[in-house]
This record gives sequence, C-alpha cells and structure tokens, in this order.
Amino acid sequence: MQEKLTQVKMEEVPCDSDMPIIVLRFSGDITSASKAAVLGTYQGIPVSTKRILLDFSGVEYLNSSGIALVIQMMIAASKNGQSIQTFGLKPHFQKVFTMVGITKYTALHPDEQSACAAFSSDKAAK
Amino acid sequence: MVDEHRSSIELRLPSRLGFEKVAMNTAASVAHLMGFDSERIEDLKTAIAEACINAIEHGNRFDETLCVGVILSMGTDSLEIKVLDTGSGPQGHVSAPDIDKKMHEQEEARGMGMFLIESLVDEVEWVNSPPAGSYARMVIRLHPTKDSSAGN
Repeated sequence: MQEKLTQVKMEEVPCDSDMPIIVLRFSGDITSASKAAVLGTYQGIPVSTKRILLDFSGVEYLNSSGIALVIQMMIAASKNGQSIQTFGLKPHFQKVFTMVGITKYTALHPDEQSACAAFSSDKAAK
Repeated sequence: MVDEHRSSIELRLPSRLGFEKVAMNTAASVAHLMGFDSERIEDLKTAIAEACINAIEHGNRFDETLCVGVILSMGTDSLEIKVLDTGSGPQGHVSAPDIDKKMHEQEEARGMGMFLIESLVDEVEWVNSPPAGSYARMVIRLHPTKDSSAGN
C-alpha cells in the first residue's frame, strides 16, 4: 500500500507588516515518511525569515511520527529565532496537538488571517 | 460480565507502514455503524493507527513475513479492539510527553504513540502472551462514565 505523499507548497504571503511571512502549506499525510517534505522544505526557508506560518488545512492523516517531525521543525525554528503560527488543523488534530503540549510553542488559529495577525500582536507584546 | 451479543471482525495486516490505515478505516466504519459520534471515531482512528504502528515497528520489527492481527469485537455498548504482534510488548509505563524537554532536545521528539492511545480510549492494556507474542487491548464505550472517559 502506498502512503499518501506529503505535499508542501512554500509561499510568501502579503502582510501588513514589512517583515516577510513564509507559509508552508501541507497536504496529504504527515507520517514518518514525510521527513524530506517537512524538514527538507523547512531548510529551504532563509534564516533571515523570522515569521513562519504552518497551514495544515489540506492534511488528512497525521500520526505521532508526523507530529515528531513538526516538533523537530519547531526546534530548528527556535534555534534560528523564528516564530511559528499554525492554522487549518482539523478539530481532532487540534486536540492531539494540545494533548502533547505543542500549543505551548505555537498557537493554533482557525484561519490564515488570524494566524498572520498573531505575529503583529506578538510583536506588540514584546 | 460476558457479553453474549458480541460479534467480531478480524484483519491480518502486513508489517508495513501505511497498512495501519486499513485497520483505522475498518474500525471507523464499525464504530459508525454502532452509533459512535464523529469525535469518538476520530479518537478511535488515531488510537488504532498508533497501536498498529507500534506493532509493525516494535512488535514485528518491520518483518513483512509477520502479520499484525486486528480483532474488532462489537458489544452492545462498547467496541473492543485487540492489536496483536509477535513481540514481547512495551516495557515500562506510559508517560506523558514533556514538550519542554523535547524542544530542548533532552527527550526524543518521537515516542508519543502509547500516550495518545491511553489518552484517547476509555480503557487500554498491553498484554504479553508468550509464546505467540503480545497485544494491545483497547475499549471505547458508547456511553462512557466520567472515570473511564480518558480522552475527553
């Protein structure tokens, strides 16, 4: 059986701020087979980019190995001083992310607009 | 109590990642027929997928000559799932992931499967049954009591 491949589109999104925001749009499955798609795509983001959005709205299946890859990406982003906001997770996966504690390091938003806005409020808080 | 109205479905899956989705989708269909709501079905799908992945990776060590057995037993108000492999079962107890340790690389990023299973079903146990192997036994109930509802 062929697992559904992870697909990732990397885009720069327009935002009110002058700081660029890169969004990674994931679709398909995120599993242990997704290392190149998740970590490899992340490595393509310039270190100078400090704002990253993760769009999971196209993800159908995400297991604990896939979540571990997301955590590894967040570790790398943290080392590079990058901030991550997340949106588009289905309610069940929002629950799973909350259970494992990822929400301590990235906020979950219902849509792209609110996720983008969170960067500005983050900045204001600092 | 013995449930005399129990009927069951059995699957034999190759020890290859990806096939957990067969168990996951079969269990989802059965749970839907039994009247479980969509949130509980999503919980069940994740729990059974993680149990099958553990069986493939750790129990059968990706040996495709070995099968992972899945037995779905329908009761009047509960669904029991057994996931069987040829290993000796998990060692130690299930602990909650520590996200701070993971983020500071003091704990493996992986290793959340058993925690998710335990959190998402009403009852779970890991049983070592030599010489055949071991199995994970999970139960979800249509009307869970407050104490047994682990995931909600």
